[in-house]
Amino acid sequence: MDAGPQAAFVFATFRNEAPRLPYFINYYRRLGVGHFVLVDNGSEDGGAEFLADQPDVTLWRTEAGYGQSRYGVDWLNWLRSRYGHNRWCLTVDCDEFLVYPFCDTRPIRALTDWLDASAIRSFGTLTLDLYPRGPSDELRSGQNPFEIAQWFDTGNYQITKNAAYGNLWIQGGARARTFFANTPAEAPALNKIPLVKWHRRYVYASSTHMLLPRGLNRVYEEWGGEKTSGCLLHAKFVETQAVRAEEEVGRQEHYKEAREYRAYMTPGALWCDWSEKYLNWRQLEMLGLMSTGNWA
Amino acid sequence: MTVRVGVLMLVHEALDRARQVARHWYRQGCPIVIHADSRVPAADFEDLKTSLGDLADIHFVDRRRCDWGTWSLVDATQAAVETLLDAYPDVTHAYLASGACLPLRPVADLNRYLAIHPGVDFIESVAIEDVPWAKGGLDEERFRFGFPFAWKRSRRLFDVWVKLQRAVGRHRACPEGLRPHLGSQWWCLTRETLETIRSDPERPALERYFRRVWIPDESYYQTMVRYYGRAVQSQSLTLSKFDHQGKPHIFYDDHLEMLERSNGFVARKIWPDASGLYDRFLRRPRPESPEWPQPKRIDRAFARSLDRRIRGRDGLYSAFRFPHPTRGIGLTAAGYAAFEGFDDVFEAFPDWAEKAMRLRMHGHLFGPDRVEFAGGQSSFAGGLSDNAKLRDYNAEAFLTSLIWNTRGETQGFLYGPRDTPEIGEFLAGDQNARIYAVSGAWAARLFRSGLGAQSVRKEAALLQKQEAAHLSRLRWAETRARVRIWTLAEFLDQPSEVLQTLIEENGPTVDRPMVNAPLMHDLTGLAGFLQDLKNLGMNPHLAGDVAEIAGQDIPKAAPRIVL
Repeated sequence: MDAGPQAAFVFATFRNEAPRLPYFINYYRRLGVGHFVLVDNGSEDGGAEFLADQPDVTLWRTEAGYGQSRYGVDWLNWLRSRYGHNRWCLTVDCDEFLVYPFCDTRPIRALTDWLDASAIRSFGTLTLDLYPRGPSDELRSGQNPFEIAQWFDTGNYQITKNAAYGNLWIQGGARARTFFANTPAEAPALNKIPLVKWHRRYVYASSTHMLLPRGLNRVYEEWGGEKTSGCLLHAKFVETQAVRAEEEVGRQEHYKEAREYRAYMTPGALWCDWSEKYLNWRQLEMLGLMSTGNWA
Repeated sequence: MTVRVGVLMLVHEALDRARQVARHWYRQGCPIVIHADSRVPAADFEDLKTSLGDLADIHFVDRRRCDWGTWSLVDATQAAVETLLDAYPDVTHAYLASGACLPLRPVADLNRYLAIHPGVDFIESVAIEDVPWAKGGLDEERFRFGFPFAWKRSRRLFDVWVKLQRAVGRHRACPEGLRPHLGSQWWCLTRETLETIRSDPERPALERYFRRVWIPDESYYQTMVRYYGRAVQSQSLTLSKFDHQGKPHIFYDDHLEMLERSNGFVARKIWPDASGLYDRFLRRPRPESPEWPQPKRIDRAFARSLDRRIRGRDGLYSAFRFPHPTRGIGLTAAGYAAFEGFDDVFEAFPDWAEKAMRLRMHGHLFGPDRVEFAGGQSSFAGGLSDNAKLRDYNAEAFLTSLIWNTRGETQGFLYGPRDTPEIGEFLAGDQNARIYAVSGAWAARLFRSGLGAQSVRKEAALLQKQEAAHLSRLRWAETRARVRIWTLAEFLDQPSEVLQTLIEENGPTVDRPMVNAPLMHDLTGLAGFLQDLKNLGMNPHLAGDVAEIAGQDIPKAAPRIVL
């Protein structure tokens, strides 16, 4: 971990994600991330071996149940307090890809420097589910998953404010439209605050949806203006070997998830006439899914 | 006139870049005086000195600790000015720059520009009463109060001290004849001006005053040039933009083209890692050019980002913008129209409305079973679903999304007492909503069902109760929507006038389409039906005067409207 104190670190847990890992690592390397702190939850597909060879990866390994540690939140909270104190920490899953304003021309350091200069400690995003139009090709190792999952929903999100934590609770998108239309309250939360100038007394309360202290959740403006923000492109809806393996093993805690996933992966299940093809961050900015705010 | 510019550089970070820029200035004949903040680590400072050691005309002044907003910055500048003026009698101008400033054009261009403006000081200098950028809430108080504490280091003391002075109404005496002015810290002043300022016998008294002023680096020289009546061009030669909090905008590699087009001499602040900019402007300097600066070109780009941050996009709700409903901020992105009851009296009203008013006309968007999108589609712009449960989970989000997703195309829809009632409150409060209602029109639909008054009596009562609540909400003083309500009786009396109103307020103003009036449903016998309801104890009062309708020969179709 010899990156300078200004370099952002990525924190993530994964399990049997081997085909996804090379692109994941490369994507964030290209953005200029200084180091990866990763927790392997008992992978059996060679992903850990790949990571062990990477010079900028510190790998932790556990066999403990994923569910027991609230989906890895506790592990990562501990690792962040240990290695992320006073540093910009980006907490994502291996299928989440951060897009921020000017990310095609400015490294993540430009963003974090600017956030520092503006005395802003946290950076908010909307999770954007990307999905294929028809049947999904199987992801080749190292392949950009967005070559397969290119489509997204542009304007069907529902927002309420969570009074307890002060964060916005956002639902909607393709999954709500297709699989949760009759039970919308159960649709997954899409608000995430993945990038935080960490302090050891901070803690994520639920995934990266919200954290404490509450002030960190104020990544939105209530007076009409727009705060600088990004999107987390979600590459979940891509066929990979790993998912198959998971289904075969049929592990209790992943079983329901795997069945749900199979439904999503029915060809064309998520696509509709109004789906939009992903181009770049400027498109998302124009659609109102993220904002440059006053970062110009 | 022979111009020679000396450069004063205030540096406190990114010393490598400062060194690079100093060499660049130097290569073009500028002597340089550098002040490095005392917080720069000693080793780094020694590195800087050593790395520039081969250059004869580079000087370093004693290091001070510079706290933002305090006199220390002016003090450092003065020391650098002294050194420059004393060491280089041939220097005609001093250019104040920071380590994050980047020269965009050859010094020869700057020299020519200064030569055709002899004796002119380039310094932004605006009288405080005219300053539009009131930043940090301290305006004329900057000069009225004293500020012995550094804002960044001792925030609490700073705030307490300000409050205290406000409480006692402090008013520090301003030296005679001084009119406080403000402006960018980065100036280019003539030797004469700087000599006048430094040799004035009153200088100690003036300085005593400025030592306790807030942010003197943006007011000391800006005020002095006025005090001595110099020829001031109130404009900085350094392109520098500030955001709403007074924080300088940063330039990155992707600003290259914009910086080139600006024709500015110097820009700040440059991100230290913007190697594209440093390479372009330092390693491959541009040829000399006769063009003069065009800062407006840069202003536009940054004005947009300020607008995004302060006002944002109306009608947009997202992870970064969630306006509080009570703050009078636009609820939706564009105007739209809701038609209530028109489908009960007209055949195919949506088709007609779409043609006559050029609206994207939906059916009952808030219908109980499903969303009736235009064309019967199962999904619509933005990926909105026709599922009623999903819609009603957050009806406001549904409507605001619809309006946002269809910017540039006006939406219209049917609404009625069978539809999701909750959205009525939102419609009433939205200044973009235009609501047209024929009250009691549901009675016409019940009548046409042919079921007879007895069997629909209960439903009629429910619908009327629902509609009455909605209409009474529309009549509140707080309503911001444009609302027009006709009773069924009023409508039947003059249907063409009602249609005329719809077209005038919603249709295109020029090039109006020729469209026939819509056909009305056959309502022969409606009056009797309403009387039956009344006789059963259910008074359909929203429909208007039943007797009035009874006296009329209700036409099968509204007369042809000539538009």
